[in-house]
Amino acid sequence: MITYLTAGYPDLNTTIKLVEVMAGQGADFIELGIPFSDPIADGPVIQQAANFALQKGIKIAEIIAAVRKVRQCLSTSVPLIFMTYYNPILQYGLKRFVVNSSEAGIDGLIVPDLPFEETEELRTVADMYNLALIPLVAPTTPRQRLTAFRANARGFVYCVSVTGVTGIRNEITTDLASFTDRVRQCINLPIAIGFGIAGPHQATQVAPFCEAVIVGSAIVNLIAKNSDFKGMSLAVGSLTQDIKSALLNYKKTSCRT
Amino acid sequence: MLPDERGYFGRFGGRFVPETLMPALEELATAYQKVSREQGFKEELAYYLKNYVGRPTPLYFANHLTNYCKGAQIYLKREDLNHTGAHKINNTIGQVLLARRMGKNRLIAETGAGQHGVATATVAALFGLTCVIYMGEEDMARQSLNVFRMRLLGAEVVPVTTGSKTLKDAMNEALRDWVTNVENTYYVIGSVAGPHPYPLMVRDFQCVIGIETKKQCLNVIGRLPDFIVACVGGGSNSLGIFYPFLDAPEVQLIGVEAAGQGLASGKHAATLAQGRPGVLHGSLSYVLQDEEGQIKLAHSISAGLDYPGVGPEHSFLKESGRVNYATITDFEALQAFQLLSRTEGIIPALESAHAVAQTIKIAPDLPEDKVIVINLSGRGDKDVETVSKLIGNYSGSKGQRHKGK
Repeated sequence: MITYLTAGYPDLNTTIKLVEVMAGQGADFIELGIPFSDPIADGPVIQQAANFALQKGIKIAEIIAAVRKVRQCLSTSVPLIFMTYYNPILQYGLKRFVVNSSEAGIDGLIVPDLPFEETEELRTVADMYNLALIPLVAPTTPRQRLTAFRANARGFVYCVSVTGVTGIRNEITTDLASFTDRVRQCINLPIAIGFGIAGPHQATQVAPFCEAVIVGSAIVNLIAKNSDFKGMSLAVGSLTQDIKSALLNYKKTSCRT
Repeated sequence: MLPDERGYFGRFGGRFVPETLMPALEELATAYQKVSREQGFKEELAYYLKNYVGRPTPLYFANHLTNYCKGAQIYLKREDLNHTGAHKINNTIGQVLLARRMGKNRLIAETGAGQHGVATATVAALFGLTCVIYMGEEDMARQSLNVFRMRLLGAEVVPVTTGSKTLKDAMNEALRDWVTNVENTYYVIGSVAGPHPYPLMVRDFQCVIGIETKKQCLNVIGRLPDFIVACVGGGSNSLGIFYPFLDAPEVQLIGVEAAGQGLASGKHAATLAQGRPGVLHGSLSYVLQDEEGQIKLAHSISAGLDYPGVGPEHSFLKESGRVNYATITDFEALQAFQLLSRTEGIIPALESAHAVAQTIKIAPDLPEDKVIVINLSGRGDKDVETVSKLIGNYSGSKGQRHKGK
């Protein structure tokens, strides 16, 4: 299970503490979103969180410092992934961004507006510093594109469950079986499915097709709904735990049958 | 020939969009390449441009404005006379004819001043297609007449309430719609911005302005003009008139950006003058942004120029030096708006008034045998309300209203 937080929402200290909470409840990877002013791949929940953090003046260097703090002060070794758009990385400096992130303890990088045709520059640096540039794949991605970027995929394949932006959905109508089959035939990496996963029900619905499920907006939404840290950490912790145990249950039953 | 196959003009352009859209952009590029060469498509486009849009638009000698400036001769390329009142429809007709051939029956578009929205809604009505227009809430307030026009034409106008509530955010929202409904939806981008192939395609469709201007200049003055002046927001009208003259070095090309309340105030939309290369809305180009790469809010009195980005080919032309870019403030544009109205009886769009203002600055210092062509990209009816609020009830305007009745 991979969980997502918008870094700096509502503040960086809370982000750090929530990383600890989620890692404690069984998150296998944690994504940290670096806010961008024009997040075209995000729905309203993550847009608002990013906006809030930006209005409070969040800076990339502070987020990287927070990661360092997680690595130094918390006992967790949960892999951390940055998710952000290309422009903030570009302006911070590709190499500087990769070096600083990697030194702080980041393991991977997801850039939703960077299709593989444009990844070469960033990937070259990321490879040098052992930062996995994780590819996003959509239900619309044809076989020939998957084959074309097979050699450049690192870490795992992030399969977008629906054509659309991030956000909680009631139903996932994509034919995940044929979608993930296509991906597996072309790329030999674990598959994570994200976008639209609201809770345990959808998590077990997509579980048969992937090695990991990604939960983002549903978590950020819980942060938005709780005004104090105690409420947030309870809500986020229990959603993480619920999804984790649903996935474990699913695994047990599917092994038995 | 630029762009290259990856959509680059030198180091600018490209495709920076979510993976979901990449196959659609490839499909679009392929379809455009194929369709735009077909004789049937060319004929159909020419038919609608002539009989529906009303092309060719005149190249009009602005005698009174020339006398006022006491310098170079000033001509107006009358794009304001196009059906729907601006150059935008040159592009929407082309793209929608393409969309029909691609079997897409739902159109979406972003709009700033509303001109591109109206042009898209118009063509959607013409061909019976569903049409959704994204427009910033603030722009809807300052261009309420265009909102009504779009609704009258049968389009759904969706207010965008995020960010600065202007063109930039409308484009974000349109991109989100497209990511979601990519299977049946055609995104009609209104400027030479966005991911490849849009900057190429929109330029090609707008080139009709420059091609006509070239012909008309040869007919009327027997040679090419010395200067061409056009406003630059995203940059479609300017590129449309500049492009056919790029290989004629004797013609000086001047793009005019909006300096808003002055470059020093920080409240402007002068992307090429004050921005840095970055990625916004699918391409790498000059962008107004802070040190962290967060996009800054643009400001201009003209909603159509109120955009923190610019088409990638303009960035290329700036760095190559082929086009010079100037800036004009809100105040200067307002003065030019009134001046052209009074001298020539032509109310320009506030966008186009920026080009008029720049011309008024340079014309007096030029000899009388020099020729300047202004791309008068749109008419100003949509701006009358905004302008009346800004300049107030000056001398006799009340009385004249009664006299009119």
